[in-house]
Amino acid sequence: MMQDGALRGSIAPLLRVENLVVEYVVGNKIVHAVSDVSLEIARGETLGLVGESGCGKSTLGRAVLRLRPAVSGRVLFDGEDLTAMQSDALRKMRRRVQLIFQDPIASLNPRRRIGDIIAEPLVIAGVKDPSERHQRVCDALDAVGLDPIPILSRLPHEFSGGQCQRICIARALVLNPDFIICDEPVSALDVSIRAQILNLLEEMKARFGLTLLFIAHDLAVVKAVSDRVAVMYLGRLCEVGPSEQLFAKPAHPYTALLIEAIPVPDPDVRPNESIPVGEPPSPIAPPSGCRFRTRCPRADQKCRDEVPPMREVRPTQYAACHHPLS
Amino acid sequence: MSGQALLSVESVAVDLPTARGNLRAVDHVDLTLPAGRTLGIVGESGCGKTMLSRAILQLLPKKAKLSGRVMFDGRDLVSCSADQLRKLRARSLAVVFQDPMTSLNPVLTIGTQLIETLQEHLDLGSSTARKRAVDLLAAVGIPAPEQRLMQYPHQLSGGMRQRVAIAIALSCEPKLLIADEPTTALDVTIQAQILDLLAREQRRRHMAMILITHDLGVVAGRTDEVAVMYAGRVVERAPTQALFKKMHMPYTQALLSAIPKLDTAPHTRLPAISGRPPDPTRPIDGCSFSPRCRYAIDRCRREKPVLADAETVDHKYACFHPLKLSGGIGT
Repeated sequence: MMQDGALRGSIAPLLRVENLVVEYVVGNKIVHAVSDVSLEIARGETLGLVGESGCGKSTLGRAVLRLRPAVSGRVLFDGEDLTAMQSDALRKMRRRVQLIFQDPIASLNPRRRIGDIIAEPLVIAGVKDPSERHQRVCDALDAVGLDPIPILSRLPHEFSGGQCQRICIARALVLNPDFIICDEPVSALDVSIRAQILNLLEEMKARFGLTLLFIAHDLAVVKAVSDRVAVMYLGRLCEVGPSEQLFAKPAHPYTALLIEAIPVPDPDVRPNESIPVGEPPSPIAPPSGCRFRTRCPRADQKCRDEVPPMREVRPTQYAACHHPLS
Repeated sequence: MSGQALLSVESVAVDLPTARGNLRAVDHVDLTLPAGRTLGIVGESGCGKTMLSRAILQLLPKKAKLSGRVMFDGRDLVSCSADQLRKLRARSLAVVFQDPMTSLNPVLTIGTQLIETLQEHLDLGSSTARKRAVDLLAAVGIPAPEQRLMQYPHQLSGGMRQRVAIAIALSCEPKLLIADEPTTALDVTIQAQILDLLAREQRRRHMAMILITHDLGVVAGRTDEVAVMYAGRVVERAPTQALFKKMHMPYTQALLSAIPKLDTAPHTRLPAISGRPPDPTRPIDGCSFSPRCRYAIDRCRREKPVLADAETVDHKYACFHPLKLSGGIGT
């Protein structure tokens, strides 16, 4: 059954994920990486996806592109079912979707020149005319604030982390995609560079009419760029809602815990030492019922027995909790 | 800072020879830290904060050249013999690194690593050491400590490994603990737990602590004093309260403003710092921050500002055009 949390009233969402399940087999055990996740992203929207490491947020991002096979569920991109697509059609569709990764230096081939790295998607997409390719590479570099001509023949190691991330963004933009999945795009960068890259992503989104899935573990970073935010815990979505509302009035205790844990750059705010703590359990044997119950101060027998369904707790804000915060 | 200094770093400079020429990682830094107090060192990668901590610990790379003095507990560490240093590092000087996976030995159990440390440095018998190890693991919040002794580092989560590394660092009751980005590799919920743990143990043991981080949010509630580093130098230093009340150095202010905050609306343009830190093998004549500073004038590009006293006690800054309270610039 389709969860309500995904139904946002958007008539033709660009991306629609329905009851997606992704599992890995490790030895003879099954890792429940993504369990029954449904969500929608409207055209031109940025959806932030937050959660701790191991919660399945990156797996979800990859499964959307079918870089990870799904056990069940559907992914509809612009109305077409990616999960049922043959490889030719899938390849064509993937031109419209690009990825930006966390480690910008590791995601550039160290032995290839910047010009060739950015031209590669064009070559694969069948743009045969070298002068057209050159022009589009230069346009993409120009868009991300790099002067194209002096750097086309240089190698990735000659650039800083922030510049490499600009190059990765240029590579993602060169095919004029509709949708970009940003997987922790700024977490490897320094504070002063982080703000530059976040601003750049916002500019690019406005200029090229992009739709973004922005995956990160830092709530403040996610809030800075997202229209709506989805919070994920141990393979399941806990809460989905408009950024401002979700941070002002979190309904799920896990969202509240995440917000509580952010260090505040103000010495008059004493760190809260009563954060309900512990670590996430293993996704190999997730707890029964609500997966957050082992760390939740509100958990009771019902949370142990029943998986909480996604419910609308406030207009456009959905939470999967038996005892939502009011 | 008042009180008898446990640690005083006097005009410490560290030079590293590289293929591209000499790299001045730390450029004449002075710091003092009294017993039982906490100092935050804040800066971006490459600013020299880790090299400074290594200079204090005398754990610099072999090729590095160190000048200046590091006085710890009445002794100059720079002139100590390897044996004396080993004893000092065992008993009074401890360190917790960013990545607990690389600081723990992967082929030894947690118990062996912890018990060995205790036996070696405190001269304890094996059963006493074992009991002490269990107590330590319990103190750093590790559930079922008895069983954990038998486990290897890879069997623990990142947060648990960092707790073990802290237990080992605390095992010999150090006078000074240096925590170098102790939570950068961890999730935000675990980060809060580890920082709380460090703060609790620091108070309980009345030990001095240096907390090195790139995040001003981490030092805000958890240190007595903060030193901000840029391009190898301390550019601003003040008691934590005073610093956050009134930042004098434009870099400190810019660093704070560049952090996305939860109370700003989505899609607000972040006040980014343009450009990037200077190449440390190509020293700049004037203020190292001048190429990125919007207040920079000719003098900033020619002359290096030295740390000067602000009106408030113990507040120092290195800038010709300190920020006024109103946010404008002074002259």
